[in-house]
Amino acid sequence: METGERVLCKYAGTQLKGTYITERNGKAVIKLDSGYNIGVLHSTLEVIPKEKPAAPSPKKIEQNEKLPKLSIISTGGTIASKIDYRTGAVTSQFEADDILRAIPGLKDIAHFNAHVPATILSENMTPAIWKTLARTIFDEINSGTEGIIVTHGTDTMAYSAAAVSFMVQTPVPIIFAGSQRSADRPSSDNVMNGMCSAAAALSDLGEVAVVMHATTNDDYCAVHRGTRVRKMHTSRRDAFKSMNIKPLGIVDYPSLDVKLEDSVVRRGENKAALFDNLEENVGLLYFYPGMKPEVISAFSGYKGLVIAGTGLGHTSSACIGAVRDLTKAGTVVVMTSQCLNGRVCDRVYDTGRDLLDAGIIEGEDMLPEVAFVKLMWVLGQEKDTEKVKALMKTDLRGETGRCTPHGL
Amino acid sequence: MDYEDIGLMAGIEIHQQLDTKEKLFCRCPTKLRDVSEKNGEFKRYLRATESEMGEIDRAAKEEMKKQDRIYTYYEYDTTCLVENDEEPPAPMNPEAVELALTMAKMMDMSPVGQVHVMRKLVIDGSNTSGFQRTSLVALNGRIPCIPGGAGIESICLEEEAAQRVEGDLFSLDRLGIPLAEITTAPDMKTPEQVKEVAAYIGMLLRSTGRVKRGIGTIRQDVNISIRGGARVEIKGVQDLNLIDEVVRREILRQQNLLFIRDELIKREASVSDEIFDVTELFKDTGSAILKKAKSILAVRLLGFNGLVGKEIQPGRRLGSEMSDYAKKCGVGGLFHTDELPAYGVSEEEVIKLRGFTNANPGDCVILVADTKKRAQCAIGQILMRAEMAFSGVPEETRKMLEEGSTSYMRPLPGAARMYPETDVLPVDITDEYWEELRIPELITEKEKRFAEEMGLDPALAKNIAYSVRRPLFEIAVSKGVKPNLAARTLYSTLRELKRDGVDTVSLSDADILEIMLAVEAEKAAKEAVPDLLRAVSKGDSVASAIEKIAPSVSEEELSEVVSAVINERIDFVKEQGMRALGPLMGVVMKEMRGRVDGKVISEALKNELKKVL
Repeated sequence: METGERVLCKYAGTQLKGTYITERNGKAVIKLDSGYNIGVLHSTLEVIPKEKPAAPSPKKIEQNEKLPKLSIISTGGTIASKIDYRTGAVTSQFEADDILRAIPGLKDIAHFNAHVPATILSENMTPAIWKTLARTIFDEINSGTEGIIVTHGTDTMAYSAAAVSFMVQTPVPIIFAGSQRSADRPSSDNVMNGMCSAAAALSDLGEVAVVMHATTNDDYCAVHRGTRVRKMHTSRRDAFKSMNIKPLGIVDYPSLDVKLEDSVVRRGENKAALFDNLEENVGLLYFYPGMKPEVISAFSGYKGLVIAGTGLGHTSSACIGAVRDLTKAGTVVVMTSQCLNGRVCDRVYDTGRDLLDAGIIEGEDMLPEVAFVKLMWVLGQEKDTEKVKALMKTDLRGETGRCTPHGL
Repeated sequence: MDYEDIGLMAGIEIHQQLDTKEKLFCRCPTKLRDVSEKNGEFKRYLRATESEMGEIDRAAKEEMKKQDRIYTYYEYDTTCLVENDEEPPAPMNPEAVELALTMAKMMDMSPVGQVHVMRKLVIDGSNTSGFQRTSLVALNGRIPCIPGGAGIESICLEEEAAQRVEGDLFSLDRLGIPLAEITTAPDMKTPEQVKEVAAYIGMLLRSTGRVKRGIGTIRQDVNISIRGGARVEIKGVQDLNLIDEVVRREILRQQNLLFIRDELIKREASVSDEIFDVTELFKDTGSAILKKAKSILAVRLLGFNGLVGKEIQPGRRLGSEMSDYAKKCGVGGLFHTDELPAYGVSEEEVIKLRGFTNANPGDCVILVADTKKRAQCAIGQILMRAEMAFSGVPEETRKMLEEGSTSYMRPLPGAARMYPETDVLPVDITDEYWEELRIPELITEKEKRFAEEMGLDPALAKNIAYSVRRPLFEIAVSKGVKPNLAARTLYSTLRELKRDGVDTVSLSDADILEIMLAVEAEKAAKEAVPDLLRAVSKGDSVASAIEKIAPSVSEEELSEVVSAVINERIDFVKEQGMRALGPLMGVVMKEMRGRVDGKVISEALKNELKKVL
């Protein structure tokens, strides 16, 4: 039996008409004409040969060429997801056009050029796709777009935003947007996030940012710097938070007024440039009490390792020897903190000093994931270890600050 | 009326809240709260989405006409991120599945092999997600209550919607309480049968002892059609006593709409889609509504004169139907020339209006006043409803008004409003599971057993069988409380106390049981039960209430009191002999204030009297 075939279900003394959907745990799933799905034994079904359901015709999206030009680059994710009858779960199989269909208001704001370099759930993101994404963005900038919206699953959106921040030097806004509640539900946050992203993409911003719900209400989105943002909740709409800095601005909804902080990089301040080399032999390790030194040694041969240490930036003393062996062999080891908030300082306690002595670099106020992406990128650009170390401590894309702001 | 002759077909859908410990898709309690207890609120928009087949449901499309509607939700310390639509649902509550399947078994239904949870699109704000989760759990059963029986098409397990506080404000305490939706076949042939079936199913559900009780915990929707008419679903009939009247009034409405259809065809009537801007005509009008409106638009219904104002059921006209459709655009309503001059509109203005729109005497002119955008939307709706009049009765979902008439809510939803709930895994129903489900005794059977086997008075047997405290009654009897004492306490005494203003709802089953057991153990007299319940309802423990009100009385103490009473009235006793027993009973009872059982007092008095005489 094939998906979409019309069937007659003889069960419980009744005859019910429906459409065959799929098989689940040995049962046939059919969609009854009432709209309900039920699972029944295959033996209760008969195909109705003559009845064929008409396939829905995809609607064409009319665009207004007079509006400013924006680019939508879709990588998949919940903002453009729909049910997969193979597993019954939500999956990404949409094209960028579908986003215009899902968020009809977009076509009144801009004229969109769409690209689909990938359709993946974001947990399946790879550095190779980052490279493709960066090149696609770079090409769009060169073709004269006013701004870019990257639709992305939320799980690894912050990693990708950081990666693009380093790989693409941009004169126009590059806005990452997604949704926490799938696009196929009436309450999805995709409409507001999508609309606010478009407004941000047309704004005066000149950097890579993530634009998502700022609160649980449908009231405004926050604009987060791509190298300072983290997903801090598994499911809430306002999961994304700026870490160690204030958000770059807000986009009010439904007015779509954009307010940016004075400190942001403005549109046109930078020229377009692509640096798409990444060193993929880099690891990220979350230290835990009782960690065996072998866990650290397992990264031997890697070009770089970021450790998310405890507190001010520590591993246990027992691990320090393994760290020393790594750095001696040429691995660049960067220390960040599991606290996420605040700055690493390995000069306060003995363990920290011993770690410095073992060759680690303090990751300052960088998020562990950002330090990880940055290290891949820096190692992709620079072979000299001392220069790599210096670059890791230098602010390149707003990922670290000289001062840690108070009041956050 | 000969209902067979008009081809009446009626069925019902019963929605019953289940009294489970936790909600259907989260672990919050199924507890209703007062809005004053809210500890937060948030605001959201909703919009229609396509079904997985790529269509938008017509009912949802209509809701979308009201633009920019933002809904506000109250949250509580008994609600969580699932109600807030901020967390995926938990697996379906097994307790609710078991209860729904038990109900299915009671109605001789067959379970589906695998339960799949669906999302039913509802974007009126009553669900934070924009859909109601629902699942079909069993099919095709039968109940015996009317001649030939009534078919039960399906039972669905759904989540309850949020409670509307007012307007676009909702309270999240109710959202997610499990709800059993039982749909009958259209087997009812008279309004009375509809009522009987509804009552029977209600009884059957209550027999489980695990459904919510009280106002709003059970709701009936009625599906009605007559020959030549159309299927109409009337939602939210909460009062069983009105259900037959609702059916009668819907029959009347459909008959009148068919009459209007025939009349329109005879008159060769038509709908003109020419729209007139008549704002200027009313700039000095005496009608407050028209005067303040930014835009007034008019359309002509050719040949409709007199029919728009025709009453189709008590308090409702064809004009009311058109008005309901128009209100979907956010306007307050409409004016039509069948009812004018009135509401501050003068005769002169009506003549000017008819002149301006070139309306013939046989035409009806309809006016809508609001912003231009809303008025245009409303005019579109009115024209659509006017066109429908030519085919008689539109398929609709309607809501019941007071007294039993109805107003239009939305088109009957179609299959396109169903979308799979991708966040909940299907639940397999095995043969073993189904076999092991035990069917509870029906209340009607209990009633019979309480009367015949326990010797209760038939009226009392019925009352206790239907009572909320019936499960407690059965527990009490099984623990040795005499059926009569248990039934009187749980039905009559509690009812009397409630009438006296005692907060009987707060009395726990455990406390009431303890009091009844104390009586059986002769630690308190049955006469003291009302006072004990009263004290416990005010916060006393049972033990301290017994100590205060009915401390146990020793035999010596009783005989002292009895002797004293007799001695004080010795002349009377000598004169009356054993006949003095009656009058003296009252005196001693009063003295003991319920601390001793009447029977014991009577014995003691008899003995003492015998000694004296």
